[in-house]
Order: sequence, then structure tokens, then C-alpha cells
Amino acid sequence: MDRCFGARANPLRHLGALAYLMFWLITASGVYLFAFFETSVSGAHASVQAMSGRGLGGIARSLHRYASDALVLLVALHVLREFALRRDFGFRWFTWVSGVPLLWLMLFAGIGGFWLVWDDVALFSLGATLEWFDALGLFGEPLARNVLAPEYLDDRLFSLLVFLHVGVPLALLLGMYIHIQRVSRPDTRPAQALTLGTLGVLLALSLVQPVISAAPAEVARVAAALALDWFYLAPHALMYQWSPAALWALMLGATLLLAALPLLPHPGRMPAAQVDARHCNGCRRCVDDCPYAAITMAAHPDPRRGMEVAVVDAALCAACGICAGACPSSTPFRKAARLDTGIDLPLLTMDTLRVRVDAALTALRGDTRVLVFGCDAGADVHALQSGDTATLSLVCAGQLPPGFVEYALRHGAHGVLVAACAEDGCQFRLGARWSAERLQGRRAPHLRPHVPAHAWRLVHAARHDLRGLQAGLGALREALHAHAAMLPEHAHA
Amino acid sequence: MPDAFSLTGQALLYAAFAACIGWFSSHPVYHPLEADEALVKLSFSHAAQRKAPCRERSAEELQKLAPNMRAPLDCPRERWPVTVELTLDGKLLTRAVVNPGGVARDGPATLYARYRVPAGAHRIGVRMNDDGNVEGFTHQREETLQLAPQRVLVVDFNPGKGGILLQ
Ligand code: HEM
Ligand code: SF4
Ligand code: SF4
Repeated sequence: MDRCFGARANPLRHLGALAYLMFWLITASGVYLFAFFETSVSGAHASVQAMSGRGLGGIARSLHRYASDALVLLVALHVLREFALRRDFGFRWFTWVSGVPLLWLMLFAGIGGFWLVWDDVALFSLGATLEWFDALGLFGEPLARNVLAPEYLDDRLFSLLVFLHVGVPLALLLGMYIHIQRVSRPDTRPAQALTLGTLGVLLALSLVQPVISAAPAEVARVAAALALDWFYLAPHALMYQWSPAALWALMLGATLLLAALPLLPHPGRMPAAQVDARHCNGCRRCVDDCPYAAITMAAHPDPRRGMEVAVVDAALCAACGICAGACPSSTPFRKAARLDTGIDLPLLTMDTLRVRVDAALTALRGDTRVLVFGCDAGADVHALQSGDTATLSLVCAGQLPPGFVEYALRHGAHGVLVAACAEDGCQFRLGARWSAERLQGRRAPHLRPHVPAHAWRLVHAARHDLRGLQAGLGALREALHAHAAMLPEHAHA
Repeated sequence: MPDAFSLTGQALLYAAFAACIGWFSSHPVYHPLEADEALVKLSFSHAAQRKAPCRERSAEELQKLAPNMRAPLDCPRERWPVTVELTLDGKLLTRAVVNPGGVARDGPATLYARYRVPAGAHRIGVRMNDDGNVEGFTHQREETLQLAPQRVLVVDFNPGKGGILLQ
């Protein structure tokens, strides 16, 4: 997928953002449809029928429908993907659990839309939904009596349906907003190429196969055949296959199971990042770079060191170490015997990292010695280990302060390879991106410009991408050899 | 510049996306009933008779009540359950005893049920009792109806429109 689209526009890496795009497309086309819709039992079908085909109204209608279908598909993939990546627990529990109600809201927002067309499908769907709710036994009068006979159907009911179809999507939007509250810089806008591609393909589908209505609803008969939209209406078919109670059991059971997943036993949570006020000057770089909005600023206990001090909310912290990679105090060139920094990960402190770098460098042998920094979530760099190649794995590539690259080059390495996850596939969302920007001098802390460009290399390699890793190492060694060959006299001097 | 491989890959994926949406948005076709079936919906919302008639309070009883509660008539609000039987060609489809709604059991008894039946001519019988003081049934109706395939026959009850309705 990355090869076809590039990570920035790989749809699988941006399913949530695509879902947002679909929501906005549904809203825009919905506003258009609403302007021409007639809110009455007798007028609804004809007013929707008038917006069919390949004219402007027809395109708005088809886009509205197909974008809604795409929303279900994308959200289903989004949930599967987040689950497959085991993002359903720990510090992510809030994002996971707040996603669950979105499924219900999405389903009801969509199903309610089918009712407004007031054709055979609408009547079938409305009847099935009302019968389903009646099975709860909470309502005095069976709701399904509302569609029993023409005299029970009135325009008041229809106004209620319209109100629901506006209100439930609004609730969905609110839910979507809550869902991304614990994610900083949420990815809600797909890259331009992906946006245009997706809109284009939906538009093409709308022109090739415009959405049409079934015959006007008639309560005195059941349509012989219904062209159901299975993305939304499949539960109705299931209900008639089984029973309303069985469908409730399935839906509630699945909801509870999803919502309870974070409660299952999981590998223990890693200890959160810790701030050392003595080394924090209040620069806010860690706040900027934290992918989970886990850091805030408070008044500094020692005003001589800075106005503010960083504070970590342990409940939100993913223990990724990206903040330590951002902190100006993390520079390995500091003289102190112990490298204490402003914000650090107990799991792998900057001091430990420097000790390990020193040890790895001393052990290196050969003419072109390379140190490889990798990350635990990406491709396994230890596979590259050899006499002239030392490897160190960090929690996240974003944990590496760029100063360590220069430090390694000055203390015996000829080259440094930094291996990060695929650009938009970082386990900690932003680590691979920040690490690229820092090394390329586009984000603080920078890799200093006098560090020779041929001596380091950044490679993006996802979990099992050993080949990408090897290619990166090969390219680095080639550059080192080419450089050495260009300067023979230096080599002898 | 994207190469041929990536362009083909993108085109294929977009096509698969469109095909999936285009297909499942209206296929496979669903048949709510078999081709030779009709549907009978038995549903009513009916307030049955009260269990006890109003009764005049004696002077002694009135004396015991708070002054603002001294209504001369004592009207118990509880209603009888509604018993209903639906037969198709003489065979019992369902027999239900529906309790009145409301905490005080004074609301309407309501029912909604659906039955898939073979299309064709049927003798449909409906019998109801809404008054526990009456033996047997208080309302009944029996009719032979031609149920076309896909037809929905609604069996309702409305005393204002003559009792049991078949429509
Ligand atoms: C309308 C439905 C939904 C929309 C529009 C949506 C959208 C999003 C967006 C935009 C993100 C941020 C992605 C990023 O910046 O990395 C996200 C993250 C996430 N979503 Fe959803 N989502 C929806 C439903 C769900 C559901 C139903 C679940 C699970 C039950 C879920 C689970 C998650 C998780 C676990 C993350 C966290 C990713 C991380 O922390 O790295 N989402 N979603
Ligand atoms: S470890 Fe990661 S999640 Fe925790 S505070 Fe630092 S940057 Fe934020
Ligand atoms: S990056 Fe370091 S110095 Fe800056 S606010 Fe965070 S902890 Fe303090």
C-alpha cells in the first residue's frame, strides 16, 4: 500500500481522517438535499424522486448515499486496524471507548436517512426499527402501530423523522470531536491526493450508478423484492431471520464486548515520563511534540531556571519517550557524569542511552563503523548487528535526540543509521515524523548543520521490513565508501 | 512521479472500493416475504371495561375522607385484560391475554404481532373479550378474504368504527 500511495496518502494509514472527510461530504450533500425535501407523508417521495439521476440534485443524492456507505466501510476498517495494532487498551482506552457509541450513532444517522425517502425500503426499515424497539417492552403503545395503517401516519411523525436525521448526525459529530480529544494533532484531514481520489471515485460511482428510490411506500402491502443497502439495513434482515430479542442480544453483546476490551488483562503499562524540574527551562518543546497531549505547563518551582515547568499526566502518557527526544537538556555532550534531562522515560533514560552508545562504540571494529538507532515498534534493527555494525533499539525513534547522532560520529562511528517506522505508521503516531523533521533541520532540536550529510541516513521501515532496513544500511555504507574514495589524501594524512 | 506499478495499484484499489460500495448499497436483493405469502398484522390498543362499576359512598365513609376528597362516587380504575383469539381456516393462530397498561392497570391493553401466511382465500376469525364479567367473547368477526401475495391484512380494533376491523 505504501508503495502505491506513499505513506502520506495510504488510505489504510488514514482511515479515521477519511471517515471525517466522508462526514463532511455527507453534511454538504445533505444540506443541499434538505433544501429541496418536502417534509410530508404525501410529498416526500416525489421530492426525493425529483433529485435522482445525473443532474445536480441526483449527484448530491448519490454522493450523500455513497459517502454514507463509505463511512461504514471506513469505520469498520478503522476499528479492525486499531484492534489489530492492539490499540484498544492502556493509555488509549479513552479513545477506544469513546469510539464505541459512534458506531450506534453512525448506524442510526444512516438508517434514519432511508426513512425520509418514503419508498418501500423506507417503510420496511421504519417498521423493522419500530418493531425492534417494541421488543424492549418500554413503550406503552407499540411504536410499530405508527405505520400500521394510513390513518396512523401523519406529518407530525414525519417531522420527527426529519428532526432525528438532523439531530443524530449532530450527536455523531459531537462524539467524533470527543473521540479525538486525547490525541494531539489528530489526523482528521486526508492528504490532498487521497481526498481528491476518494471524492473522484464517489463522484464517478454517482454518475455510473445514480441512487434511485423504490416505489412509494404503501402500508397495505410488502414489496416483493427490496434493494436493501446492506451497509445500514442488514440488521433488519437479521432481525427477521432470528428475532428482535436475538438482534438486541447480538448488538448489545457486541457493544459491551467492544467497550470492555480495555478491561481485559493486558501487558502492564509502562511507567510514565518523569520531569526533572532542575533541568527543565520551560521551552514547551515536549508539549508540542507529545502525541497524546499528556504534558501541560505549570509555574516553575525555581524561577531562576525558567518561568514554567513541564508536568506529565501519567494517565495519558504512552511512555513513548518522544518528549525526551525533544528536550534541549537531552544533549549527550553535557559534561556531567550522569546525563539528567528535563523529561525522561524511566524505562530507558537518556543516561542509560548514552552509556549504551559509549559501550557500543567501543566494541565496534572495522574500517567503516556504523551505529544503528532503531525503535522497538518498527523493523528489528538487531538483525543488522555485526562486527562493524552496532545496533541500539529505542522505545520510539522519536525518543532519539538528534545530538546523539553527532555524538556517535564524534566518538568513533563513521556513519549513523536512524531507522524509524513507516512515516504515517508510527506506533506513537508522531515519532517517525518528528524524528525525520529534527534530523532534516526542520524542527527543534535540530541535528546541527555541520554534521556531514553523507555520514548519517534516515530510513523508514515498518515492523517486518527487514529488506528496507538492509537497503538503508547498504546505501549509508555506499555513501561512506564514496566519500572515503573522494578524499584519499585525507585518509593517509 | 508515480511509477506504473503504483498507478495501477491505486486504480485497482479505488475500483475495488467503488465496486464494494456500489454493489452492497443495493445488492443482494432481499425478499421480506416468499413470493406466495401474505402478512397478517394483529394489533390493537384498546381500553377494556373497568373491573368494578362506580359505587356510591356511604355517609359514614365520606366522613372518614379528607374534606377535599369527599367525592360521592368511588370509581375503581382497574380494567380487565383483553383476551383475543385469531384463527385461520379454523385453526388457532394465536390466543393472547393482554393486560392493561399503566401502573394502576387502567390504561389500554396493546398488542402488535405479525404472522406470515400463505396467500390465497382464507377464513379469518377474530374473537375478543374485554369484560371479565361476560362469559365467552364480547366481540367477534369471521370473514373469508382473498389475500393476494404480498398483501398486508391489518386486524385492528376500534369500538368507534364498529369493533373488530379487517383492512
Ligand atoms: C465515526 C466514527 C469514527 C471516526 C470518524 C474516527 C476517527 C478517528 C480519528 C480521526 C482518529 C485519530 C487518528 C490519528 O490522528 O492518529 C482516531 C483514532 C482512534 N480511533 Fe477512531 N474514529 C471512529 C470510530 C472509532 C471506533 C468505533 C473505534 C473503536 C471502537 C475507534 C478507535 C480508535 C482508536 C483506538 C484510536 C487511537 C489511535 C491512537 O491512539 O494511536 N474509532 N479515530
Ligand atoms: S512519553 Fe510520550 S506520551 Fe508520555 S509525555 Fe512523553 S511524549 Fe507524551
Ligand atoms: S522540553 Fe525539556 S526543557 Fe522544554 S519544557 Fe519540556 S521538559 Fe522542560
